[in-house]
Amino acid sequence: MSESSVTKPAPVRRKLSAGPLSTGDKLFFGTASIAANFAFVLVATILIFLLIQALPALSSQGLPFIFGTEWNNAKDPIVMQIGPMIWGSLLIGALGVVFATPLAVSLAYLIVFMLPDRSSKAAASLVDLLAALPSVILGLWGLLVFTPVAAQWSSILNSNLGWIPLFQVSTVDNGFLGSPFIAGWIVAIMIVPIITSITREVFSQLDRDLINGALALGGSRLSTFRRVIFPTSSGAVVGGVLLGLGRALGETVAIFYVLQLSFDFNWGQILEPKGGAVASMILSKFGEASQAEVSGLIAAGLVLFILTLCINFVASVIVNRAQPWRKD
Amino acid sequence: MNSSIKASTLSSENVSVWFGQRQVLSDVNLVFPANKVTALIGPSGCGKSTFIRTLNRMHELIPGAGLAGSVYLDGEDIYGQDFDAVSVRIKIGMVFQKPNPFPTMTIRDNILSGLRLSGRKAENADEVVENSLKRASIWNEVKDRLNDQAISLSGGQQQRLCIARSLAMNPQVLLLDEPCSALDPGSTRRIEETIKELSSSMTIVIVTHNMQQAQRVSDQTAFFLADDNTPGGVVEFGATEQVFSGPIDQRTNDYVNGHFG
Repeated sequence: MSESSVTKPAPVRRKLSAGPLSTGDKLFFGTASIAANFAFVLVATILIFLLIQALPALSSQGLPFIFGTEWNNAKDPIVMQIGPMIWGSLLIGALGVVFATPLAVSLAYLIVFMLPDRSSKAAASLVDLLAALPSVILGLWGLLVFTPVAAQWSSILNSNLGWIPLFQVSTVDNGFLGSPFIAGWIVAIMIVPIITSITREVFSQLDRDLINGALALGGSRLSTFRRVIFPTSSGAVVGGVLLGLGRALGETVAIFYVLQLSFDFNWGQILEPKGGAVASMILSKFGEASQAEVSGLIAAGLVLFILTLCINFVASVIVNRAQPWRKD
Repeated sequence: MNSSIKASTLSSENVSVWFGQRQVLSDVNLVFPANKVTALIGPSGCGKSTFIRTLNRMHELIPGAGLAGSVYLDGEDIYGQDFDAVSVRIKIGMVFQKPNPFPTMTIRDNILSGLRLSGRKAENADEVVENSLKRASIWNEVKDRLNDQAISLSGGQQQRLCIARSLAMNPQVLLLDEPCSALDPGSTRRIEETIKELSSSMTIVIVTHNMQQAQRVSDQTAFFLADDNTPGGVVEFGATEQVFSGPIDQRTNDYVNGHFG
């Protein structure tokens, strides 16, 4: 007993080295950290550039820049307000997601769970190929081939479901062209590959024992999908969808050809050629923009940039929160 | 309870299985009488897990799988016209090697998942939950936290939850594919006790690598073996005591005494 009361010297802590040891390691470590920091520096630089360039426009226009509905370079001082464009971007992005998600999720299900090995690989690379399609090509295809078809769909929707405000139009004279509906479809085609490939990845990493367990309990393919596969992977799928949305918002050229720009809010008459999208507006105005207008357009770009950052942030929060059981 | 559902006799007749061109099982003839526990033993790759999957048509899910022969549930061919895979699996439940509770569901919802998956109404759901958990002897451990995530349970509890989940469907037969291979000895013992209790109300088939387990829980034992590059098959089938203490075939004797496998 008495020995234990004698004060023992405090244990000497040894120094453990977890860092890089050899010269090669150090070199590799250094290169990797430079590359990693470069990404931050790049984003920060872009943000600073946008801020500096946008400042004149933002300070002269004030808050109405974001909410107002007028763009007039003939006036003095010049009026630049992009409310309908921001709203239009969100509307078209949302439509794209609504059209693309069921398509992409079914496609991923088909590829992972139904097709035999060889055709599954072929289908997967075909969908990936869709992602490699230059957006100019997609835009031209949209304008020349798809628009007439989508106009037909619009006409059918309008004549059958026209009593729903969503499908109302002020006049049928414009032949249902240039609407957010059509632009939404083009965006959907662009984001189907990214949602599909993320969903495919999630599905293929799913524990097969869970699926077998559900089938062994008398589940059908549909009920197994609805009650086990989808709930288990929904968090990651939502993340994929939001990544797709982030891409859709920034998409310029493809919908530039098919979308009618007008500085009126389109609150949800998706067949009406009204509203616009930020990226398309920048593209359409940039060529003949005055010094002051350029600043306004860059400010619009800044808004888009921040919007996309927010969506990506929300995506990561949702992905983390949707799968609490993954944390252990 | 469950007096309306009685245990059934399951039997296989000349069951052979192919995966693609490769035959993995040949002419398996076994009878699983009602209220008996049958153990399937044998070294890895002898086809016993494949065989147990033919008993509730789970092997059909493997691409390229083929089958010859018949499996009878009370005299009716489960591969016949009157059955589809879903109705077979409702009558013949299965528990897997690794505990696989549904991670998005609570303990309670896991128990009711079979009813929902097969599109049936869960009438008196509370009763079903309580009875199933009691039969799997896990009720006392989880009764106060039925709405917790199933994934919060320990491995052994998860496996008993999976047994309870199958029991909620009131199956006539329960297939267990190495149910204890991922569990500690304590959990293993509890599951073995559960199996014994359950055998009074159903027919049980269990695949196991554990010779002692086969001796402890089963009434009869089938020894599977696949020689090099030949399909697997049953070498010996009989009362457990006889298979372990006085096997007829020399290969069975070697296996149960630990000379190979």
